Amino acid sequence: MILKIRLIDTAEVIRSKNSGPYELTFDIIFKDWDTFKLFCDKKLIRKELIARLYNIPEEKVISVIEFKPAKAIKATIVRPIASGGLGETDVYGAQQHAPLLSLEFDI
Amino acid sequence: MEELRILSPTAILGYGFPVQSFEEGMRRNPHVIAVDAGSTDPGPYYLGAGISFTDRGAVKRDLEIILPAALEKGIPVIIGSAGGSGGRPHLEWNIDIIKEIAEEKGLKFRMAVINAEIDKEYISKKLSEGKVQPLYPNQRLTENELKETGRIVGQMGVEPFLRALDEEVRVIVAGRAYDPAVFAAAAIQKGYDKGLALHLGKILECPSIAAAPGSGSDSMIGYLGKDYFKVEPLNPIRKCTALSVAAHTLYEKTNPYILPGPGGMLDLTETEFIQETERTVRVRGSRFIPSEKYTVKLEGARKIGYRTLSIAGIRDPIMIAGIDEVISGVRERVKDNFSSLKMDYFLDFKVYGRNGVMGALEPWTDIQSHELGIIIEAVARDQATANTICSFARSTMLHYGYKGRVATAGNLAFPYSPSDLEAGEVYTFSVYHIIEADDPAELFPIEIITVGGSDDFED
Repeated sequence: MILKIRLIDTAEVIRSKNSGPYELTFDIIFKDWDTFKLFCDKKLIRKELIARLYNIPEEKVISVIEFKPAKAIKATIVRPIASGGLGETDVYGAQQHAPLLSLEFDI
Repeated sequence: MEELRILSPTAILGYGFPVQSFEEGMRRNPHVIAVDAGSTDPGPYYLGAGISFTDRGAVKRDLEIILPAALEKGIPVIIGSAGGSGGRPHLEWNIDIIKEIAEEKGLKFRMAVINAEIDKEYISKKLSEGKVQPLYPNQRLTENELKETGRIVGQMGVEPFLRALDEEVRVIVAGRAYDPAVFAAAAIQKGYDKGLALHLGKILECPSIAAAPGSGSDSMIGYLGKDYFKVEPLNPIRKCTALSVAAHTLYEKTNPYILPGPGGMLDLTETEFIQETERTVRVRGSRFIPSEKYTVKLEGARKIGYRTLSIAGIRDPIMIAGIDEVISGVRERVKDNFSSLKMDYFLDFKVYGRNGVMGALEPWTDIQSHELGIIIEAVARDQATANTICSFARSTMLHYGYKGRVATAGNLAFPYSPSDLEAGEVYTFSVYHIIEADDPAELFPIEIITVGGSDDFED
């Protein structure tokens, strides 16, 4: 049986923020342990997915890390430009999470 | 080992806190009050221009409450990353506020001032010795880039604070500092575990953001023991949960298990977050691993010119459908019009309603909105050129004859007159590197001054 899971339904927090002026980091904090475990076991959040979602080469995705103490998965990418550089659209990087909200997974 | 109590009034000096929360903290008899005053988050302008991103009146309000309370109790106040970016002008700005408060309230105390602005000649020497390395994804620092960078600060670790505390001053005001250092210094001086002290500092630097509900303007207290620490929010409406505290470890970090800082890294792979009471969390297992060489992070900003911008809206559906054609047409006209003058400029059009927020990272490129917001932006070496380019792009866009146009009176709705706004100096981050220091405190000279009263009657 295939079950459709929307990330927004399983996560308590989905956010983005600068991690220093040269990186952008995304946090997904899950509502419950079972879903967190499911996402980790099936490796549903991968570098390749983040690269596709933000239309960047995979080598620009620095890491995807599971952080058990917070039931969280964290992904970090290289900022397209350093914070506040010419062409900047989001100095703090706090509004770059939206594409994650519409993610859906077939389980 | 007695429990050491560290009070953190707010996330950033000037962001404020409820007086009741602070007073609740003072009733717990803290050994030290520490507050972080800065961040690189607001971007390169503030560091480069020597201006604080926090407001003077708001910073004064916070210190007016903190300073007299600490002096009365006889406990030190430690401020790090003064003036937001922690350069020399930022530090002077904060000292000026402290002096003003001392004068108005008749306070007198000894204060340590720790400078964090780093001399470029020193960096140049280290660069030639191969002791300056880029932080990924930045590039190797060149002599030219260094020369063009106006202001460079170093993030001090706990060592300069330890020296200042030995001077038995009542207040320490420091330039750019590693956020946890101001909270951890007094604990490390008293022999507490460095890993736990720094991890506690990591949480206290954005105190109530680690609580639920979160806030950037509320107080928290940390209790540090031999092999644990505990955190407790001071506003009864907030709670620390094992999850809220653990989740905070993720915030603004690349890897939540390994957190590099001056002189080593914080290793949280063995850290446990335990719910102690309904509102407090106990943490243990965090370790500090010293690095082989002592390194300090440098931050520098370079001035690249001046900015002028114009804000406008579009409601015409034919214009909206043809927005790409209009923008490229306007770009061409600007280029052609000034081609003989060889002007050097950057021209950008932000299109809100399409990708104004995410730029190149935006996956949805279809316009779904019935109206668009436009910012026309010009950056050039001088303000006059920026004005010229922005003005010409604005007037060209206003009357551009795009394909299928029926509204021939004007293409843009301006909310303001004047339509063009000078935004002044523009900076970019140019230095984000680590430098090897021979002595952890050598980059950060300390000056001891007496604030308030007359120096003739020093007590």
